[in-house]
Amino acid sequence: MCIAIPGKITSILNENTATVDIGGIKRKVNLDLIGGADSSLIGKHALVHVGYAISLISDEESEEILKLLRDVMDLS
Amino acid sequence: MMENIEQKLISRINENATPLRIMHVCGTHERTISKYAIRDIISEDVQLLSGPGCPVCVTPVEDIDFAIELARSGKVITSFGDMMRVPGTTESLFDARSDGYDIRMVYSIDDAIKIAKDNPTLEIVFFGIGFETTAPSNAAALLRGVPENFSILTSHKLMPPAMEILTRDTNLDGFLAPGHVSTIIGTEPYDPISEKGFPIVVTGFEALDVLLGIAMVQNQLETGRSCVENAYPRCVNVEGNLKARELLYEVFKKTDSKWRGIGMIENSGLALKKEFEQFDAVNVHADIYKRLHEKKASESDNVDGKNGLYEECICAEILTARAQPSQCPLFGRRCSPEAPVGPCMVSLEGTCYNWYKYRHNKGI
Ligand code: SF4
Repeated sequence: MCIAIPGKITSILNENTATVDIGGIKRKVNLDLIGGADSSLIGKHALVHVGYAISLISDEESEEILKLLRDVMDLS
Repeated sequence: MMENIEQKLISRINENATPLRIMHVCGTHERTISKYAIRDIISEDVQLLSGPGCPVCVTPVEDIDFAIELARSGKVITSFGDMMRVPGTTESLFDARSDGYDIRMVYSIDDAIKIAKDNPTLEIVFFGIGFETTAPSNAAALLRGVPENFSILTSHKLMPPAMEILTRDTNLDGFLAPGHVSTIIGTEPYDPISEKGFPIVVTGFEALDVLLGIAMVQNQLETGRSCVENAYPRCVNVEGNLKARELLYEVFKKTDSKWRGIGMIENSGLALKKEFEQFDAVNVHADIYKRLHEKKASESDNVDGKNGLYEECICAEILTARAQPSQCPLFGRRCSPEAPVGPCMVSLEGTCYNWYKYRHNKGI
């Protein structure tokens, strides 16, 4: 139920709907919860849950995770 | 390279292991933990407890019974697939569907709205369940406008109040906080809980994420800290999704709510605000609601006293980490995913389901 799947926004269909590519499958997704559709979102990754994008996925992920890993390992 | 990091994290956890009870409150965490046998690869000292993180498991039996009664009265019930097989007092939605009642599985509230638009002579009820992750989509849909023949049976739950209760009633040292709930609520709502001395780490859903979450809880305890940390920065930030919360609280307000297997928890649920009561299934179908409650009051059955659970089912203990599925006399015998007796055996996020799927079949 709380499973959310990352998808890449590939096109904007109308003011609140986009197409996302989830592992090669195209799906329509509602963008109301992230402020509506806007062409600047194309190419970005979003977390999709029950047909709605619930958040955008940050591009700087790996750096932040590496820092957390370093912190936790260094202290051991 | 990631495999190597996982190995290092496992060593880090095991080399520093002291008796520790870490609870997660998300069914998807249970899935990752069971699937990758994380309990078996980390030290036995570090116990991973499964909390009430499966939305269909905590949906109160009264709401399931009401949905079934609505279907039996000729309304069309639309629901997420997970909800279909969860046992109510005497049957599940799936059982009622086998009897010919109109119960349809949907992927999203928008599918249910489309059914309502396409069938103006039918009355469609959407069974709205789920935590903070799911509720905003229903708010957004109501704000966009829904047809008159559409209503919602709201049974949404909020996670921080349940965590708060668990810190009082269950023996635990810290939490892995649910990553996807946190995309909406951010990390701040956990502060009051961490301030009581419980480390909290917002955690993602890969094996590496969960291992990192465990190591970070461990690290806080080792260094005598208890705060909220975020191990899922790619999706979660401190303030969460402000837009989603704005829409959510335009439509819903907090209310006391009953959790199956746990009972009433103050301010842990969502009710539709007055402006939206014409879409509240309890109002729209008040006659059916009243009839059901009168009928219930005149009957006594063996499930009511146990919060809607069958006599031998220990889901109440499992949802609060006071027992493990293998301690249930029905586990893997009378109760299996094919024939679930209790709610924890139904969904991909149920603790009994995951133990059955990933452990029982392997003889663990
Ligand atoms: S195994 Fe079945 S009956 Fe036992 S606690 Fe789990 S869901 Fe309930």
